[in-house]
Amino acid sequence: MRKLLLLTTVILVGLVFIARLFYLQVYDNTVYNIFEDNAIRKEYNYPKRGYVYDRNGKLLVANQPSYDVMVIPREVTPLDSLEIEEFCSLLKITREDYDKKLERATHYSPRLPSPFVPQLSKKDYAVLQEKMRKYEGFYIQKRSLRSYQTTIGANVLGDISEVNRSIISKHPYYKLGDLIGNQGIEKTYENILRGVKGIKFIQKDRFNKNIGPFKGGVLDTLPQPGKDITITIDSNLQAYGELLMQHKRGGIIAIEPGTGEILAMISAPSYNPNLLVGRDRSKNFSQLYRDSIAKPLFDRGLQAMYPPGSPFKTLNALVALQEGVVTPEERFSCAMGYRYGNRKMACHAHRSPVNLNAGVAQSCNAYFANVYRRVIDKYDTPAEGMDVWSNHIKSFGLGDYLNNDLSVGQPGKIPSAQTYDRGYGKNRWGTTYTISNSIGQGEVLATPIQLANMAAAIGNRGYYYTPHIVKNIEGDTIPEKYTTPKYTTIDKRHFEPVVQGMFDVYNEGTASMLRVPGIDICGKTGTAENFTIIDSVKTQLTDHSIFVAFAPKDNPKIAMAVFVENGYFGSRFAGRIASLMIEQYLKGETTRKDMENFVLKYSLEHEYEKPYSGEPFGINRQSTLDPVSEEEYQNLLKLRAKIPKS
Amino acid sequence: MLRENQRHFKFDWITIILFLLLLAFGYLNIMSASHVGEITSYFDTDQLYGKHLIFIGLTFFLIIIILSFEAKFYEQFASIIYLVAMLALIGLFIFGKDVNGARSWYGVGSMTIQPSEFAKFATALAVAKYISDLQTNMTTIKDQLRVAAIIFVPALLILLQNDAGSTIVYLAFFFVFYREGLQQIYLVIALSLIILAVLGLKFGVIITAIVVTTILTVVYFIRKKKRGSLLQYLIVLLVSVAFSYGVKLFYEHGLKAHQQNRISLWLRLEKDPAKLERMKKAEAYNLIQSEQAISSGGVSGKGFMQGTRTTGKFVPEQHTDYIFSTVGEEWGFLGTSAVVLLFVLLIVRVLYLAEGQKSQFSRVYGYSVASILFIHFTINIGMVMGLIPTVGIPLPFFSYGGSGLWGFTILLFIFVKLDSNKINEW
Repeated sequence: MRKLLLLTTVILVGLVFIARLFYLQVYDNTVYNIFEDNAIRKEYNYPKRGYVYDRNGKLLVANQPSYDVMVIPREVTPLDSLEIEEFCSLLKITREDYDKKLERATHYSPRLPSPFVPQLSKKDYAVLQEKMRKYEGFYIQKRSLRSYQTTIGANVLGDISEVNRSIISKHPYYKLGDLIGNQGIEKTYENILRGVKGIKFIQKDRFNKNIGPFKGGVLDTLPQPGKDITITIDSNLQAYGELLMQHKRGGIIAIEPGTGEILAMISAPSYNPNLLVGRDRSKNFSQLYRDSIAKPLFDRGLQAMYPPGSPFKTLNALVALQEGVVTPEERFSCAMGYRYGNRKMACHAHRSPVNLNAGVAQSCNAYFANVYRRVIDKYDTPAEGMDVWSNHIKSFGLGDYLNNDLSVGQPGKIPSAQTYDRGYGKNRWGTTYTISNSIGQGEVLATPIQLANMAAAIGNRGYYYTPHIVKNIEGDTIPEKYTTPKYTTIDKRHFEPVVQGMFDVYNEGTASMLRVPGIDICGKTGTAENFTIIDSVKTQLTDHSIFVAFAPKDNPKIAMAVFVENGYFGSRFAGRIASLMIEQYLKGETTRKDMENFVLKYSLEHEYEKPYSGEPFGINRQSTLDPVSEEEYQNLLKLRAKIPKS
Repeated sequence: MLRENQRHFKFDWITIILFLLLLAFGYLNIMSASHVGEITSYFDTDQLYGKHLIFIGLTFFLIIIILSFEAKFYEQFASIIYLVAMLALIGLFIFGKDVNGARSWYGVGSMTIQPSEFAKFATALAVAKYISDLQTNMTTIKDQLRVAAIIFVPALLILLQNDAGSTIVYLAFFFVFYREGLQQIYLVIALSLIILAVLGLKFGVIITAIVVTTILTVVYFIRKKKRGSLLQYLIVLLVSVAFSYGVKLFYEHGLKAHQQNRISLWLRLEKDPAKLERMKKAEAYNLIQSEQAISSGGVSGKGFMQGTRTTGKFVPEQHTDYIFSTVGEEWGFLGTSAVVLLFVLLIVRVLYLAEGQKSQFSRVYGYSVASILFIHFTINIGMVMGLIPTVGIPLPFFSYGGSGLWGFTILLFIFVKLDSNKINEW
């Protein structure tokens, strides 16, 4: 017995040790992660973010250096209050801020670096750099911020912002304090513009001193610079469009039909992209974000879904021709509207009867109600006809996401048989239930970019390229989907009469006053009723002014859609703006100064204030034109003069 | 000539191989833990690991000397060796040098020698000599007191030199005494006292009293025949409570602040989170770093010379008392369990050989060797892993340092010599 005491104790201790070691090293051991190892300092070297140029090679976005004060909370040596005071005054923060920021960083992680004071000014940096050594646990991280060489195109260019924790957890490439594309092309081309940051692993000792590269530096990487991008935007056209949209709300998209390149992409109201750079970024961003009335961050060209109204009639004409239910010559009479059952869809005064050409040119509701009905009724059931119609329309890129390289978008809406089956029940609806589709109202919704694309497809006589923003990536090709045409379901031969009709819109139709000398523009006006809710009462507001156009008539160089919210009838604002932009783009200057001055002079802000005024208000016919102040008008004219001839 | 050869072959090669493995693996880890900058040569004497290589070289020289003496020499000269060792310890009070607050070193030029490392084998020899005396009877109080005095002298001297860690090592001899006839009751009392001390510190005197009362009540009702008087039970209770209260008083007033903190951390006595946080940065820093280094090694470790914490010198004293954390970080669970296994095998092997000795002197000495190695192994590795409070003693054959290495080598190889001689002892 006595012999066994030590022997058993030895074996017991051995077993306890191995169990403890197993617990420490095997059971409790999370996978070794060098980024969590506080013996290794990680030094990041941020590459240059790619520059952005417009289609004519004009530099739009460059970089500027920025200096962030970072903190690793566990390495902060306690400072006495005098030292903290000094540090705070260098950083231009208060003592409370200091405590709060330090606590927040500690809460995130005591081991990992957090930004303490981001984006110092160059002057503050110079002063601080000298004294940084004194504050252990703090260091300065150099990054590169954007420097906008322009004040336009905020919605196109987007911005970069600090990554948040949910991004970090999804994409471990990013560390707290890193910047990531937030909107626009910065977001969609993040991986190309960003490059890859370089990293140096440095062995530290316990006094936090660097003692040399870890493993001789074999794990270190060099930064790979981001690639430059040329975008399809024509910055002069963009600037001109944005100027025309001053004091108005809405969206404009201009596309080059032969390539699908987006020439201009305007959302009004907009903002200066420089607002989202530097220390005031978050303040400015939340101000823009919180503006729930003007919604400057809402890209109306891409995200606003409106009933397309009359421009949609062109597609109904094409579908009818393709389905063979009408010839271009056949005429329909219009008695100020179209009667079906005991209801009537009203139309405006124009000569009657009208054939296809006049139907388009005069935008006759009755004509399109008739041909639409014929398309649907050609088939045994309305459901069958509805699906045939729906497929034709969708082949123009409507009713679904465009799947392009823009950071936001909306699918719009094109109804199918299923839509009505769901609403009324299977076989419990007829063609007339859907008759509003014939004039682009009813269940149809489209975004300006979809309508611009539709105009491009018509101008191309039957195909389009997915509208896209990238023209060229440094040392790379652009994706094939942007260079492959997409064909519509309409035969090429059916386009000519419709194009002629759109041409006559300018010659003798609803836009005859918008003619631009020397350019054959094909267009289509539109007006969309819209409603808002005031004190839980559905209230109608002044119609949206819509215009869709392409030019020249043959081999078009530009196709566009213009939406001006509450601008009333189509030719009033949208038509003028479209004509002016087409002229600016094709000629490099504008001759119709009367139109230009009209657009610059009249504001729609009084329209936007109406629903918030708390008083009864009139719309459409009762809405008056409201000029901007003389000072502002002169200012706008001056800005106009600054836009160079292309 | 023939007899000479036979003798050589009687050395226990298993022990020697285990010793060599520990020595070699220890050296690799010292290299990792102590190198500064790039390693240019394995024999760079400017670096600590180069110095240690010299110590190792001298060790082999020492082994040859030890083995070349007659086995009888150690028994005959045990008392003299003990006396010399004690004088060396006493001499420290006059000629000694303070290192880290402990006066346990002689400085000889740039070299330092720590006599307490040599006092261990000397004491073991003296204990073996006394117990193996035909007139000694370990069951008598008289001999128990005398043999206790043999270990008490060096223990006290070392304690006075402020090296409490090395003092604790002398508790190892309890296993020896017990093996050689110390009554069972001592074991019971020793275990009881340990439990009472921990109970009193962790849960307080009142809970201790309740626990002791409960146990005594149970014992009283179980022991129907030999119950004894109630007074006896009352005395045991009072002594227990008094002892646990005494331990508490000693903990609060008798210990130095750093010792108090170590025990507080071990038993998790500190409740104030702010103070605990401060302790983690100060007293517990070593332990936390060492535990982190060990657990970061995972199953197979980061590889020789690849430990980030070892390279960054995050664990202070890593090449000496905390060398095991290097094994943990760079060699992982495979390495650490191998080291534990090697030590267990070595100790068990020495025990096995000791039991097989024909002379009581050899047996007691062998037992002392096993016990001393065991205490060092348990305390050092237990401390590095946070299982027991921090006590600064080296890991035999592993930690950096000449005195330690030589002390353990002499300790072990005297036994190897004694063992090789058992055939001639008739």
